Amino acid sequence: MEWLQQLINGISLGAIYALIALGYTMVYGIVKLINFAHGDVFMLGAFVGFYSLTVLHLGLIPSLLLSMAVTSVIGVVIERVAYRRLRNSPRVAALTTAIGVSFFIEYTMIFARSAKPEAYPDLFSGQQFELFGASFRVEALYILIIAVLLMIILQWIVHSTKIGKAMRAVSYDAEAARLMGISVDRTISWTFALGSALAGAAGVIFGLYYTRIDPLMGLIPGLKAFIAAVLGGIGSIPGAMVGGLLLGLVETLVSALGFSLMRDAVAFIILILILLFLPTGLFGKNVREKV
Amino acid sequence: MRKLLIFAMAVVLVAGLSACGTGGSGGSTGSADNIKVGLNMELSGNVASYGESGANGAILAADEINAKGGIDGKKIEIVKFDNRSDASESTNVALRLMQQDKVSAIIGAATSNNTKAMIDLSTEHKVPVVSPTATADSVTVDEKTGKVHPYMFRACFIDPFQGQVAAQFAYDDLGAKTAAIYTDTSSDYAKGLAASFKKAFTEKGGKIVSEESYVQNDTDFRSTLTRMKSANPDYIYVPGYYNEVGLIIKQAREAGITAPIMGGDGWDSPTLVELAGAENLNNTFFTNHYSSQDPDPKVQDFVKAYKDKYGKEPDGFAALGYDAMYLLADAIKRAGSGDSEKIAAALAETKNLGLATGTISIDEYHNPVKAAAIIEMKNGEQTFRTKVNP
Repeated sequence: MEWLQQLINGISLGAIYALIALGYTMVYGIVKLINFAHGDVFMLGAFVGFYSLTVLHLGLIPSLLLSMAVTSVIGVVIERVAYRRLRNSPRVAALTTAIGVSFFIEYTMIFARSAKPEAYPDLFSGQQFELFGASFRVEALYILIIAVLLMIILQWIVHSTKIGKAMRAVSYDAEAARLMGISVDRTISWTFALGSALAGAAGVIFGLYYTRIDPLMGLIPGLKAFIAAVLGGIGSIPGAMVGGLLLGLVETLVSALGFSLMRDAVAFIILILILLFLPTGLFGKNVREKV
Repeated sequence: MRKLLIFAMAVVLVAGLSACGTGGSGGSTGSADNIKVGLNMELSGNVASYGESGANGAILAADEINAKGGIDGKKIEIVKFDNRSDASESTNVALRLMQQDKVSAIIGAATSNNTKAMIDLSTEHKVPVVSPTATADSVTVDEKTGKVHPYMFRACFIDPFQGQVAAQFAYDDLGAKTAAIYTDTSSDYAKGLAASFKKAFTEKGGKIVSEESYVQNDTDFRSTLTRMKSANPDYIYVPGYYNEVGLIIKQAREAGITAPIMGGDGWDSPTLVELAGAENLNNTFFTNHYSSQDPDPKVQDFVKAYKDKYGKEPDGFAALGYDAMYLLADAIKRAGSGDSEKIAAALAETKNLGLATGTISIDEYHNPVKAAAIIEMKNGEQTFRTKVNP
């Protein structure tokens, strides 16, 4: 049952991409900024989870929550310090700042604790169970449950709460939302908090599943999640989920066919093709540029 | 009273001076009987731990030789300098050792680059250089012309040899008939090992059933491993560095691959155990220059002497530094004097010399032909499995 096994590999990888992609897409949807520091928030989440598991000896769920809390605060601080005053500047200024923030986080981390990698503790001591001849790891199951649960909670927040309504309103038309008495600043802070918390959770899950974490680990998953967000249609929440899962499956398929060295290349080729032929992605709306 | 004081001071001064004088003259007359050996090592900088272990090993060997009366009555006198892990500094140190200190031979440096920085000087001044641990081919052989550098030698085996030994061990000891190779294609080291493994394994009659590759910093090997599993190899060769190998082993065991997994000295790090998990590492092996658990009395004597002198377990660099000095001492003895050219000629003719890292002979390319140690991982501990002769 090699293919079933590969399917599970792909979905697990895709779920991690999807969680990171959600943060990209939410931030883009509301401030039209590609937050390149997002991959580094993911890295910080992985480290908070690591220290919480090994130094504070908390369990998995408390560590996950702690990591999400810390990264959401970091996300809000990044927006407040680096992006807020650039909100009305040209987009390239904000984009350059985002890259600057990314480097700042990476190298502050290296300065603080050196570049050496850490190994996540093995919480499930390799427990497995068999299903249809394929062996599942308990981690893979946890990843799926946590990822799906977080996505359901996110959907609920966006569609059934006041803040979610505010987010949708600001994303639709920030000026009109302001006239209606919605605090745009606070709504944007909330968006960063939610997106960063998801990245933090993805960091902890990544650590559990792939073991090795280091200060530069956010780079490639960050870029891949960006591709996933574009694939699904940047700005669209269901698009980010589907895009993430699809990208994970495609990458796994490429490796499974024996072209493992082409894996990253294929991901970036997908990005180029989408930008060329389907710039709004799978779920994106074709909105006319406002004049 | 005052005169007395001046007189006393004068006496002290003269005594001091004459003491210095005798000390100095003792040194210079001594050097006529001594054989000067330069140490050009990385004692500071980014690979300081390699250089320091190597220097410690070489100094221990020199002390032992001197304690036994030296070489034909002549003592080894070590002149030690730090090249600060820098190739141009290594050239400066070598120049100083050859021109000012007029050493008979140089031991160093620990890395290939810093050793290569001495090639031209060694040819120009006709002073032999023995590197304990420089593994690159081009240290002893000119890559362009294929000519051997006449004064460059080393005490360690070169990279491709590890692949050959692994193939021999897989086929003969583990009884593997089919093998899979999983290579880090971003590393020349890993590619070299993989190529020599493939050649040796197929020459023996084994079959390579799967060849896959990864690049440095990859974290997801599951899909490739799942694919490899369906090829059902008896044995998997992963000649990479511990950072990725640790994850590969963990993910392989989780994917249900139980076949033995083996690699080269790039595995030698405690981080490997952290990444892979002690249990997953069972039934994995790697080739290395030496094991401190080797029951061979030569190894055990060395380990004990090293621990007594430095208070810690000797690593591979220390063992090879120690062997480099003995290799050189043997050549000096056969050369009959401290004459550099004669020593170089004698080094090239080294045959079946028993050292801590194995019995070695120097081949036509100035590389030693010697055994490699096979280390088996048992519950996260490195244990000595066997020695494989080429």
